[in-house]
Parts: sequence; structure tokens; C-alpha cells
Amino acid sequence: MERNRLQQEVACMRRSLFDQGYLEEQFIQLEELQDDANPNFVQEIVALFYTDSARLIQNIEQTLNSKPIDFSKLDDYMHQFKGSSSSIGAKKVTDECTVFREYCSAENAEGCIRTFQQVKQEYTILRRKLEVYFQMVRQAAVAHSA
Amino acid sequence: MGVESGFSSPRNDVFPAGLRVLVVDDDPTWLKILEKMLKKCSYEVTTCCLAREALNLLRERKDGYDIVISDVNMPDMDGFKLLEHVGLEMDLPVIMMSVDGETSRVMKGVQHGACDYLLKPIRMKELRNIWQHVFRKKIHEVRDIESLEGIESIHMTRSGSDMFDDGHLLGGEDITSVRKRKDADNKHDDKDLSDPSSTKKARVVWTVDLHQKFVKAVNQIGFDKVGPKKILDLMNVPWLTRENVASHLQKYRLYLSRLQKESDIKNSFTGMNHSDPSSKDSTASFGHHNSMNVMQDDLSNGAYSFSVNNSLAQNVDLKGHEGDRKGITSVPVAEPKGALSIDIPDPNKAKSSHISFDHSLGSVDSGLNFASFNSTNLVQYSWSKIPEIQFKQECEPLQLENGFSQLPLPGSHHHMQTEYLQPSASISSGPSITEKEASSSRIEVKPMYDEYGRNHVKHLSPMEAVDLFPVQSKNHTLHNQVFEPISTSTSSMKSPDVSLNWLTDLEFAQRNLNGGAGIPFTSLSEDIQVCWLQGDCYAMNFGLQDFDCTEYNDPALIAEIPFHLYDAPRFDHDHLFDPAEYSALDKGLFA
Repeated sequence: MERNRLQQEVACMRRSLFDQGYLEEQFIQLEELQDDANPNFVQEIVALFYTDSARLIQNIEQTLNSKPIDFSKLDDYMHQFKGSSSSIGAKKVTDECTVFREYCSAENAEGCIRTFQQVKQEYTILRRKLEVYFQMVRQAAVAHSA
Repeated sequence: MGVESGFSSPRNDVFPAGLRVLVVDDDPTWLKILEKMLKKCSYEVTTCCLAREALNLLRERKDGYDIVISDVNMPDMDGFKLLEHVGLEMDLPVIMMSVDGETSRVMKGVQHGACDYLLKPIRMKELRNIWQHVFRKKIHEVRDIESLEGIESIHMTRSGSDMFDDGHLLGGEDITSVRKRKDADNKHDDKDLSDPSSTKKARVVWTVDLHQKFVKAVNQIGFDKVGPKKILDLMNVPWLTRENVASHLQKYRLYLSRLQKESDIKNSFTGMNHSDPSSKDSTASFGHHNSMNVMQDDLSNGAYSFSVNNSLAQNVDLKGHEGDRKGITSVPVAEPKGALSIDIPDPNKAKSSHISFDHSLGSVDSGLNFASFNSTNLVQYSWSKIPEIQFKQECEPLQLENGFSQLPLPGSHHHMQTEYLQPSASISSGPSITEKEASSSRIEVKPMYDEYGRNHVKHLSPMEAVDLFPVQSKNHTLHNQVFEPISTSTSSMKSPDVSLNWLTDLEFAQRNLNGGAGIPFTSLSEDIQVCWLQGDCYAMNFGLQDFDCTEYNDPALIAEIPFHLYDAPRFDHDHLFDPAEYSALDKGLFA
């Protein structure tokens, strides 16, 4: 009933996240790692990602704002950020990162700045969605155990 | 990312479970994910987020890890640099990771020695199989060592071919023995041996000279600071590439670490320290008889490991810690001549490592070809050349101070005949003493060396040993010869003549070694003989005073040895036959 409904909603949201391209295979890998020893593993990893990536975002921002722009440093930071995003399977985010790196290697400041806005947008959207998702997961778990 | 200690020994019984993995990544998210993934594979995981930290961990505990996984991009150090360091210092398999899959990057990783390159995001199934790299490396190590020795031996002598035919056995490792035989065969063909095991195209043949240059460069730079580029620059060999040097260096380190292990093992045995070589370098615990004892087992297999290491080991600090060793460079033992690199297999290994001293390092001078009989593994390391010493490098080794080091008759350019008595014996140790340029003198002294060093068995890791010994100088030819005899002994001294030869050689060597030091020849020979003859002496109980087999103490035998080989005791070698050592050796020669 309630439990089933909640669980269904969770499953539904999860599916849409994949269908809409927000998440990819890596996320499933995380889910598979979750076990009794780490029952909230996925959530912990996502939280860790968002915490850590905040400083990377800041670094990129600063580099973009500096004049002249140090493209090689920019590329380094973005490389790190992309690697980190790939850890949770944030597909849209990593796709934008790839575009960014192309502009970066072309030393196209304008393109970099624009693309970075996209990166941040996707990054934020995903966070919100995942927050909702995990909340639902928790609720379903509580209902389940109830 | 905390660093969890995972210092434990691998659980061989349930391999690959318990594989000790060190993960290095500056991204905390990935670090956590990888840790969880590896734990799920039942591996023992240690994480760290800085390259320097990783190196510290690795250095602190040389044998604490089986494999390293590292990200390419790291803040404090380039991942490739870390890769190089690990390869050089610890010789562990390293897997690189990156989100960047560009071919050039991947190629760079492989060039620097990565055994695999994973692209992020990494799947768990990719991590499940990393144990294969550990396993593969282990197998190749032995092969490489053998092949190295093989190469060396070719240089050393050609006559050693019979020995190979006898099928020296590589104790313990069938693969290696096969390889050895293969190498031997190749050698006989007198062709440049390309390391068959490496199946690489256009392999560099590390000749004695080349190896000598290499060793010299390494010593110059300082073992700790060594790097392929630096070595390459110093060596000044135009056609040599950085990669060639890097892989050779790896083997060298391996060799040294084997020696170290041998010596460690030997130390544990300490049974044999008879004469407490006071004269010897304090380092070497000549008591490394362990190798000798072990030999017994091997002997039956025909593989004897000369525990020469013991003695050497002591001095040498065997490489296990290459970084630490720096000082080893002064291995008195044979001057870079063709030290015997006896590769004493890790005690841990099934002891069947033979040390094959193949090359009688052309110039006997340096060649301490100790056939270290690690009882356990008669790894046939062609000790042929114990290049000056390689021992030096790592371990003081060969300090033949104990007198052995220079066994191969100092300065005798006798070609080390690889004739190790083997003819019949399956001289596993295969020291294919490649006859060197040296003249006919066959310095069969090899086994003698063991004695000298009492247990200096420097287990030069075959790999390294090989390099070391590659008889760099023609002078070392002697070295190899020495070991030959030993091998025969393992074969159970069956052929009396063989053993005799051996003995005579030993004696001969002894004599020479003593250079008139007056070391009672008989005592030495006794020791030697005992070892050999007795079968149980396998462990070249050099210095084991208990040899019962004194059968061969027949001086007459000795007389048969062409002393000419030893020409006036050329103790040119600094370390060679230090008279004082001889006495020490005497005690422990085969004790």
C-alpha cells in the first residue's frame, strides 16, 4: 500500500533519471556496491561528490575570471571536475565538461564561459533531483520497516 | 581518505583474495568508491590521496603491497612519475587510471611501465581481474632473471652449453627451468639472446659491457636517486632507449631485492655461521646457511642454490631496499668484473631457486660468482657476471671480502668455464659460465665462493644478478665457473668426477682465492666437498664444518685443477680474496 506506492514512486523516479540522461551506468555500479555494511552508500558518495566538487567549481570560476585566462590550468581543473562527476554517473554534467574542454583547448574564452554556465546548471539540477530521490528512498525505507 | 594499514602478508591460500592493494587518487569520491569496490573483491585495501604519501607507505613497508592503482593526475606529483618510482624501487605492478582515454596518454602510461590503464568511470569487474597483473609479474620475474642470466652466460662462455643440456634445474619453478633450458639452448647457438620471455621485438641484449656501464651509471647517480633517464644519459650509449634502461633497471632491482631476501633468509638460518666471519663485513651474516641447507632439497632436484648469498648478503644488504643501499656500491667483491650474481631466490619461494651463475663474468676479477644456493629456489641465475658487483650496488655483497667475492680467481681471465661441473649434474644453477674471453682458465671456483662468503650468498636477484654479472669484463669469466661445480653437486654429486671437478675447482678457486693467503686449502675443499659430495651438503654448507664428506679433500684433485687459471693470485680486485677473509672463509666455507 503505502509502502508499495512509495517504492513504486522511487522506482519511477529512478527510471526517469536514467531515461532523461541525468544518470548513467556508473550510478548503477554504486547501487551495486551498497550492502549491509554500507546501506547508504550511494547517498554518501553523492554527498561526498557535491561537497568536494564545490571547491573545484570555485577554482574554475576563479581561473575564468582572471585575466588573462590560464587555459592549461583551466583544463586541469576541468579534467579533475569531469573525473569526479563521472564517479557518480552524472551524465549531463560530464557531457558539458567535454564541451568545455574542447573550447578550452581552442582557447576560446567566450565558449568556455558559456559552457561553464551550462555545467553549473546541470550540476545544480542534478543535485536537486537526487535530493528528492534520496528523500523518497528514505521514506520508502521507513514505510517499509514500519 | 584515511590510510588504512594493510600490512599483512598476502593470503596465498585463497589467492587472489587478500591481495594487498594500494589505491592512490586525489579525488575523495573516487577513492571511496574504489575502496568499496576492491573490498567487495575481497582485496585488502589501503587508500591515500597523495602520491608522496603513497611512496612513503610503499617504502616503509617494502613487502606490504602487491599492487598499486594510481590516478594519472595528482596535485603533488605526476602519476607517471609515481609509476616510475614504484617500478624502480619496489618493482610492483602499477595500474593507471584516468578519465582521459586519449591514446597518447595511455601510451605514455604503458611506456612508463604501467601494466594496465583503466578509464574512469571504472567498473568493478575491471578491478576484479587486477590480480592477474600480480601473478603475471611473478612469473615473469623468474623468467626475466633467467633470461638475463642466459644472456650473460652467452657472453660468458660457450662451453657452458653442456651444462645446459644437462638441464640445470631450476628448482621450484618449472617455468624457469624451461626457460633456462631454452636460454641455454639459445646460448649455445651463440647468438644474441633476446630475452625470449619478453617476446619483445628487437630486444636489447645486455652484454657484460653494457651492463657494466649501467651499473657504473647507477652507482654514480646513487641508487636512491636513480632513474632511467639519468642512467641513460650517463651511459652514453646512443642506441639505447630510456625504456630499455627502465626495464633493465627493474630487473636489476629485482635482482638486488632477491639477494636481499636471500640474505635475510640466510640470516635466519645462521646455522652456518661457523666461523663467524669477523673478518668479514659485519653485514653479512655468513650464517646464511639457510640457503645451503635448503639446498639439500634442491639438490635432489639438481638445483642448487648457492647460498653464496649469505656471505654476500651480509655485506650486501641485498637489495631489498634499494634505496637504503646505496652504500652497497662498494662491494668489494669483485670489481665490477663479473661478479657472480647469484640469485638467491626468495626464501619465501619454494626454495628451489637456483642460482645460475652463468656468466663467468668474463673477467674473473669481479666475478664472484656465487652460486647462491638458495636452497629453496635454485633459481638459476646466471651469476655470470657478478658485475662488479652488482653486489655492490645493492648490497655490499659480494664483498667477497669474505674472500669470496672475488672468487673467480682474481684477475684470472680464465674463462669461466661454464663448465660447471655440470656435465652430468643438472646444474641447476646453471651458471653458465660463459667462457669469457679469459683464457682457458676455468675457474670453477664457483662454489668456492660460496664458501668464502660463507654465506655470502648473495642472492643476487637473478635479474639483477644477471645484469650484474654479465660479465662485463672479460675478466670475469671466472665467476661463472665457480658455480658450475656446485651445480653438479646437486645432481648428487653423482658423477664423482663431477663432484671432483667441482671440488677441484673449488679448491682451485680456493687456492686462488687465497692467493696464497694460506687458507688451508683442504679445509676449504673439505667444505666444499662436503657439500657437494654429500648431497646433504647441498646447502653448500659452506662453512659448515660438519661436513662429513671429506671425500674430496683429496689434494690430488686439487692438483688437477688447472691452476694456471688462476695465475698468480690476482687479487687485483680490491675485494677479491682478501686473505683475511679467506681465513674467515675458511671457517665457513662450506660450513
